[in-house]
Amino acid sequence: MAKSHKPVVWFPFAAGGTVIAFCIPVIVLLTFLAALGHVPAGLSYEKLHAFAAGGIGKLVLFGVIALSAWSSAHRLRCTCYDFGLRADTLVATVLYVAAIVGSIAAALFLLRI
Amino acid sequence: MSRKPLVRECPPTTWYFRQPRYLRYMSREITSIFVGAYCVLLVVGLQRLAAGPAAWEGFLLALRSPASIVFQFLCLIAAVYHAATWFNATQKAMPLQIGEDFVPGNVISGAHYAVWILLSLVVMFFAGVF
Amino acid sequence: MTPLKERLVQLEVLRYNPDTDTEAHFQRYEVMCQEEWVVLDALNKIKADIDPTLNYRWSCHMAVCGSCGMMINGEPKLSCHAFLRSYEGVIRVEPLAHFPIERDLVTAPDDFMEKLKRVKPYVIPKEEKPISEGEYKQTPAQLMKFRQYSMCINCMLCYAACPQYGLTPSFIGPAALTLAHRYNLDSRDGGRKERMEVVATKEGVWECTFVGACSEVCPAHVDPASALQQLKIVGSIDWIVEHLIPGGKS
Repeated sequence: MAKSHKPVVWFPFAAGGTVIAFCIPVIVLLTFLAALGHVPAGLSYEKLHAFAAGGIGKLVLFGVIALSAWSSAHRLRCTCYDFGLRADTLVATVLYVAAIVGSIAAALFLLRI
Repeated sequence: MSRKPLVRECPPTTWYFRQPRYLRYMSREITSIFVGAYCVLLVVGLQRLAAGPAAWEGFLLALRSPASIVFQFLCLIAAVYHAATWFNATQKAMPLQIGEDFVPGNVISGAHYAVWILLSLVVMFFAGVF
Repeated sequence: MTPLKERLVQLEVLRYNPDTDTEAHFQRYEVMCQEEWVVLDALNKIKADIDPTLNYRWSCHMAVCGSCGMMINGEPKLSCHAFLRSYEGVIRVEPLAHFPIERDLVTAPDDFMEKLKRVKPYVIPKEEKPISEGEYKQTPAQLMKFRQYSMCINCMLCYAACPQYGLTPSFIGPAALTLAHRYNLDSRDGGRKERMEVVATKEGVWECTFVGACSEVCPAHVDPASALQQLKIVGSIDWIVEHLIPGGKS
């Protein structure tokens, strides 16, 4: 049996898992505060737009979204298998394509800011 | 003597009810549903941000719906649970040997927790939470 | 000396006779045991006093040989290491999960044995040298690097705990992959490349989703889950070197 190409999908999964662990909880906390009516100053249009307009801001936002999306897509693929859904190729294609489309959309929106 | 081994199949759709640790594993894996859905929210947010101040204000207002509050609360729990399981795993994936001895696993995971809390506080500070 | 405390223990044991049965069934036994006994003692008492047809494997009675693995109340355990005082009510004893049942509590380990062979769990010297040149030396630090992973007693509890092995029986599985990692980490070894040809396949480490059950049930504290996570990182770095770095293929 030949060596597997799984690292292609696993490496970004592992990177994304790390990004989710470090970054997503605090980002959710910020939008959750906004949802509760206490919008943090940084989520005002001016502040956030200024952040996303900068090169570093774009890179950070894109990196977090793309890697988190890929990581959760990959984990969801494994979870589908764990739940007994055996159409792995179909599941993998749908989820990975969704993650890539989401990342491209995020990049396009960022470039418009 | 002929052999006639009895094969007992692992039930493909219900196996995780067999042991509590499997349910713990599945709950870790299911966090990906919430994180994935939250990524969709983030992409929508970027679209709204790119569309101008009025669109962004509308997005912030939409966040305040009861469904959104429940959704984000669940996402928060999922994200924190994912973070804890991830940091606990770091000591297994990346052991550190200095001389003969290995650095205790709790130190490796603990360092990740410390950086995480620090990073979160820094982000909250720059986001103007306090 | 205080008299030893006795206790009537009820066991529900899975029976299967390949000569007459098409299905396995539970059989209930009641046996007087001493409080500090283990499940294996209770089985021995049943076999001696009640039912000599009961089949199971055991040897050392001290958690070293790895022969007496069974599912005890659904949990993979060495029956010589499962103390009766930890259980209340009827104790359910079944053969190790995910392995074919040969007879009663005896399972067929053929699949594990074949996988063990495939990962070449022995030192493949970097360069052969005659005995006259002396031994292959190793520092204590080099030994400590893999020592934990060399403690495996091949009891197969990790296979009985691993749902991915149960769901996908072609998975090489925790113990064999951990032993591959153990020899990869050995400073005297030069066989990493040929082992990775087996380890880094779809049936190898990539079938693992880090459930972590293997490490929780391991009676020798080997922590197979950690070995497999490290193998995934090694395998990923290998892949990058082989495919993305010019000249890395050799």
